[in-house]
This record gives sequence, C-alpha cells and structure tokens, in this order.
Amino acid sequence: MRFSIYRYNPDTDSAPYMRDYELTLPPGDMMLLDAILLLKQQDDSLSLRKSCREGVCGSDAMNINGRNGLACITPLSSLKQPIVLRPLPGLPVIRDLIVDMTQFFKQYHSIKPYLINNNPPPETERLQSPAEREHLNGLYECILCGCCTTACPSFWWNPDKFVGPAGLLQAYRFIADTRDEATAERLDDLEDPYRLFRCHTIMNCVDVCPKELNPTEAIGKIKDLMIKRVV
Amino acid sequence: MVNRVVVGAHYGLRDWLIQRISALVMVIYSVSLVGYLLLQDNFSYDVWTGIFANLAMRTFSLLFLLALFYHAWIGIRDIVMDYIKPASIRLVIHTLVVLALIVYTIWSVQILWGS
Repeated sequence: MRFSIYRYNPDTDSAPYMRDYELTLPPGDMMLLDAILLLKQQDDSLSLRKSCREGVCGSDAMNINGRNGLACITPLSSLKQPIVLRPLPGLPVIRDLIVDMTQFFKQYHSIKPYLINNNPPPETERLQSPAEREHLNGLYECILCGCCTTACPSFWWNPDKFVGPAGLLQAYRFIADTRDEATAERLDDLEDPYRLFRCHTIMNCVDVCPKELNPTEAIGKIKDLMIKRVV
Repeated sequence: MVNRVVVGAHYGLRDWLIQRISALVMVIYSVSLVGYLLLQDNFSYDVWTGIFANLAMRTFSLLFLLALFYHAWIGIRDIVMDYIKPASIRLVIHTLVVLALIVYTIWSVQILWGS
C-alpha cells in the first residue's frame, strides 16, 4: 500500500515536504492509524498524536486524502491510493502531523464551556427531566478533535476572532442546558460580526465531523434564539 | 496602540437577517419579472416601457434595487473582513462601497422616475 505523508521538522528542515512510503499489509482490513504505526516502525522519526485509538480522545485528527478525519476510525479499505496524509489545515505545524491546537482551545474556552448557575447548589444534583436532557444529545458528544474547525474557511481567515464550529457547538450545548442560567450573556457574547456571524453555512463542519454531529444546526439554533430575543 | 484582538461589536444578527430577507425580495422580483417577460408573445420596447409605466412596478423595482444594494453591502463587507486585514484600508474600502451604493440608489430613482 502506498502512502504520501507530510513531513516537517523545524529543527532540520527548511521547508515541509511530502515523503512516499510503501507498506506491505497483513491480510484483512485495518484502521489507518494501525498502518501509520506500522510505518513508524520503518521510520521512527514520523511524528503524530494518538491515544485511545478508538475515536474517543480525538488526538489523531489529520487530513486524510484531502479530508479531515480520525485515523483510528478510518478503515484503510475506504481510502484511495496513494493515501495522502497532511496535518490539520489552518493551524501551525509543530512537527509532521502534529499541529499547535492553542488557537482552537482558546476559542473553545472563550465560550465559557461550563455551567453558569449562581443559585445555591441543592442538597443533591441539579436535576433535569428526560425531555430537558434530550436537548443535549448531538451536542455533548463532541470530542474536540478539531476536524470541523480546521475544515472551515472562516476559521482559516479569522482564527483569532471566529469561534469556529466546534466552539459554537459547545456554546449551544450550554445555551441548551436547562441548568445553565447565562443564556443572555452567552447570546450577547456571540452577537458579533466575527465570533458567530463569520459562519456562512457552507457546512464543511457537518461533512467532516467524525462523530457525525451537526455544528451548522447548532449555529442555526443560536441564530433562532437571537431572532426570538429581538422580535 | 497595543495590538489586541478586539471583538464584541454587538451587531451581526440584523445584517444577517436583512441579507436573508433581501435575498427573498430579489428572488420574488426576478422570478416574476422573468416569468412575465417569457409569457409575452411579442416582446418589444413598448412592452418593456409599459411594464415600468406602472407605479406599483416602479415601486417594486426600487424595492428590489434597495434589497440588492443592502445585500451587496453586507456581502462585500464580509469579503473585506475576511481578506483585508489592516483596519485603515478596510475603512477606506467600506466608505467607498457605501458611497457607491448611495450613488447607485439615487441613480436608480432617476432611471425609474426620470422621463
């Protein structure tokens, strides 16, 4: 099986380059991550992030044949050869397939990703009815792998100002939570030409999300609430 | 001046909404005008001027043009916000675009209501 992988080591390389690899695979299908780890046995300078290897931690997000995804849950049989691997687009490359996620997490933290409730806590938990809890489905599952945000041209052009699909999905996750009391502040914070309204609904985020979540829908619901607030 | 990332202009919703509504106005106008013209057996200059002799049609046309200009303002501003980084150049472009659109509006009224 043929691979073409983006290589860049800032200590030794003056510019990034693509390097070709050949791999003879054992019979049967395997995930892309397993194949990359076999390649790493050939060339141990190849660097990438990985942890859980089952699509839960979101560490091994990368650009696979031009499309962002998680290597650990992408079957090799689904990919055309040569398999071209690049780091996530739009973020600074630290080395090979490892990108600097600082800007991504800065935007995530900017939406205050925690419950805001200044009422004294009750004796037990703050309870939700099953119907209230239902609203969080399709939102809480986000693993913050960064596939969606780095597939978004609006984030490429304004990474310092546009929250990005992952951050906006989480913003809605807390707006939708009945235990959270800061809806007005959260909407105020996002009522901004850059932070929310750089989204032009091109839906790259929905296309690439490895967890099949829908940030565009969440962004639409935030806009619906903003309209509801002013009319 | 310190170089800080500044956000929080607290507008966006209104423009976003106006862009949607103006698009709707443009679709309704374009489809009805093109549809009407296609239904004419004998399309001539007289038919064309006849359409715009009607006050309601002139008003609808002006509404269409205003929708188009406002839509264009938001669209162009969005493009400038993405691709032009220095605030000073951006302000100059914004100003020129707004002035041009105001001139177009006056010109449109002149065309529709002129002799």
